[in-house]
Amino acid sequence: MLKQMEGSQAVAEAVALCRPEVICAYPISPQTHIVEHCGELVREGKVGTCEYMNVESEFAALSACIGSSACGARTYTATASQGLLFMAEAVYNASGLGLPIVMTVANRAIGAPINIWNDHTDSMSMRDAGWIQIFAETNQEALDLHIQAFKIAERLSQPVMVCMDGFILTHAYERVEMPSQEQVDAFLPPFEPQQVLDPANPYSIGAMVGPEAFTEVRYLAHDKQMQALNVIPEIAAEFQEIFGRDSGGLLRKYQTEDADTIIVTLGSVAGTVKDTVDEMREAGKKIGVVTIGSFRPFPTAELRKVLASAKEVVVLEKSFAVGFGGVVANNVMMALQGTRTHVNTVVAGLGGRPITMPSLHKLFDRALAGKLEPVEFLDLQWDIVNAELERQRAQIASGPTAESILKNIQVDTAHGGAAGHAAE
Amino acid sequence: MNEIPKLRTADDIPADQKVKFYQKGTFTVGNRLVDADERNVQSSMNRSNAITSGHRACQGCGEALGARYALDTAMRMTGGDMIAANATGCLEVFTTPYPETSWQMPWMHSLFGNAPAVASGMQAAMKAKGRNTRVIAQGGDGGTVDIGFGCLSGMFERNDDVLYICYDNEAYMNTGVQRSGATPGGARTATTMPAGEAYPGNVFGTGKNLPKIAMAHNIPYVATASVAYLQDLEAKVEKAMSFKGARYIHVYVPCPLGWGCASNSTINLARLVVETGMFPLFEAEHGQVTATRPIRSRVPIEQYLKPQRRFAHLFKTDAGAEAIKKLQAMCDYNIAEYDLLRPEEETV
Repeated sequence: MLKQMEGSQAVAEAVALCRPEVICAYPISPQTHIVEHCGELVREGKVGTCEYMNVESEFAALSACIGSSACGARTYTATASQGLLFMAEAVYNASGLGLPIVMTVANRAIGAPINIWNDHTDSMSMRDAGWIQIFAETNQEALDLHIQAFKIAERLSQPVMVCMDGFILTHAYERVEMPSQEQVDAFLPPFEPQQVLDPANPYSIGAMVGPEAFTEVRYLAHDKQMQALNVIPEIAAEFQEIFGRDSGGLLRKYQTEDADTIIVTLGSVAGTVKDTVDEMREAGKKIGVVTIGSFRPFPTAELRKVLASAKEVVVLEKSFAVGFGGVVANNVMMALQGTRTHVNTVVAGLGGRPITMPSLHKLFDRALAGKLEPVEFLDLQWDIVNAELERQRAQIASGPTAESILKNIQVDTAHGGAAGHAAE
Repeated sequence: MNEIPKLRTADDIPADQKVKFYQKGTFTVGNRLVDADERNVQSSMNRSNAITSGHRACQGCGEALGARYALDTAMRMTGGDMIAANATGCLEVFTTPYPETSWQMPWMHSLFGNAPAVASGMQAAMKAKGRNTRVIAQGGDGGTVDIGFGCLSGMFERNDDVLYICYDNEAYMNTGVQRSGATPGGARTATTMPAGEAYPGNVFGTGKNLPKIAMAHNIPYVATASVAYLQDLEAKVEKAMSFKGARYIHVYVPCPLGWGCASNSTINLARLVVETGMFPLFEAEHGQVTATRPIRSRVPIEQYLKPQRRFAHLFKTDAGAEAIKKLQAMCDYNIAEYDLLRPEEETV
């Protein structure tokens, strides 16, 4: 059924259709609307026998998920940003224990400075935690991926993180096709846990493992992710059969067949990138786009197949490995090892900075001309950066950076030109 | 104030001390010496068995003893229909050196600080599935009063149907005896090494009385217990299992290795801590104390401190003597607060 609704609401309704048995909630922007609506649906009796737990922290939220999933209950939670970091220890634990929890991450920047807007730093900080990480491009895909996520998680007995851009998707009203309960039931069988705490057949979970077996246990976690490289497309195909929509999978190609330059990105910005590429194609430029759907496992072989024929690859990512460069770009470079394809990193959209088509046009034109630096920052205001650096050099007790920049930007609005006021 | 009896020295409790049998027999030998109808359940060959023998606890481990009695009782009360969440710590490590496990029940260890939350999730799953399986969570004092405190308070506040048992040996023993929020003032630990008059061991803070904090949540049942009184511990677990909702039992468990005391002094110290007034035994329902265990024969705090090397430095300096006075004052305070001297009452 077609509905006009907020992304968060769509996700909550999709989760409800998956018949979860336990939902744990701790509020954090921009995830709040998801757990609020989940709570509403549970209280209205629309989720069958489901326990909705309001807990005291994200650490407790995921810990409670660990307990309930280990008891064989289909379990869901959602978080973002600082919340994901606060639960970090449990994030690793849930995957280490092989518990098929599904968690939405409404992607948001990590502080300090505190910032509630969108980028991918939160999910990327957990990229090595053993969770399957899939990224949604649209609200429809976010909805679809949650239904697929439970199936992927339970088939592999591994947790799945569904990443959707905070505000840009979670708070956007869009038209979505909401599946029926019958469709979801036909797609998603009841949860049959691989391991369960059962008094009729008691066993211990969570024992210490020493050097004699730790490497093997960790390797097997990697093997699960390698299996997921097959399972994710399989489940996307099963999904298409029942719901009639092509959604999910490892990656998506757009205008890549004859492209010399390919932009690699993930999440909602793919829409803006594709619109820009459309305009450039009209101008006869050979440019295409690859959107990564599954960041973990990373689709190394598939990506290589698509990118190896291109001359230039630009990874446009909303994450930043401070002191190095691009998180996603690093993975793409690994995939292109031994090829002649040149990879550039563009860090964009940090902390919610808009990624606009005019900026992308300029960037992609420079990419086509081979003029990009190895690591670039889209729309970085160099005058503000340089003024602050100058101020810090002038004074040891120069005070906090973020506050100083904000002060200067305010002066800037009134008088025009940050540099003139910065070195006071 | 009652006259303080003469101090016992460490020599009074030699390693080859003969086992003394009290009137009803000692519960530690399973009561097989008394008539069948008076025997403790532990003497039965068919008793419930949550933690089986062969685990790797140290000699004289109070926690192993406490956990076995507590969980065996819970197992008996539930007919075995229960599961447990365990915080990281000694109990977790010594019971599960895989491929061996001591747990004869479904058991899970997740993290150090999340056992109460894991248990909350377990009981939610059981509720959703319409099962009556009961959930127990357990941890040491570090896992309970320090790192797991937030999760524990949340579990209490929601009144989740979990019995949380804290085995308190007053420091981080699994990592090598470092101070916890439950370490008493004056105690030597690896992170509170005494330094003469300047620093006579752990500081006397304001204290972190977790049974009282639990009571402040108005949860259905809170109790303190000591492994010197195993039948009392069993009765309290039994009672706890008769309630639905959040319940808390704080069990005092000596640690011979961490405290520097003889491995056969566990029961004696667990008794002395009660008889000095340092660790009052009580029960509370919905935030109100409903019962206390009177002191049978009051002993001065020195008698409890002397057999433990963690307090040895207190007997060497003036600052130590001050610390002992403070500890005695705490005992006196507890005795008055809980009205523990009631000679008219017969005690077991």
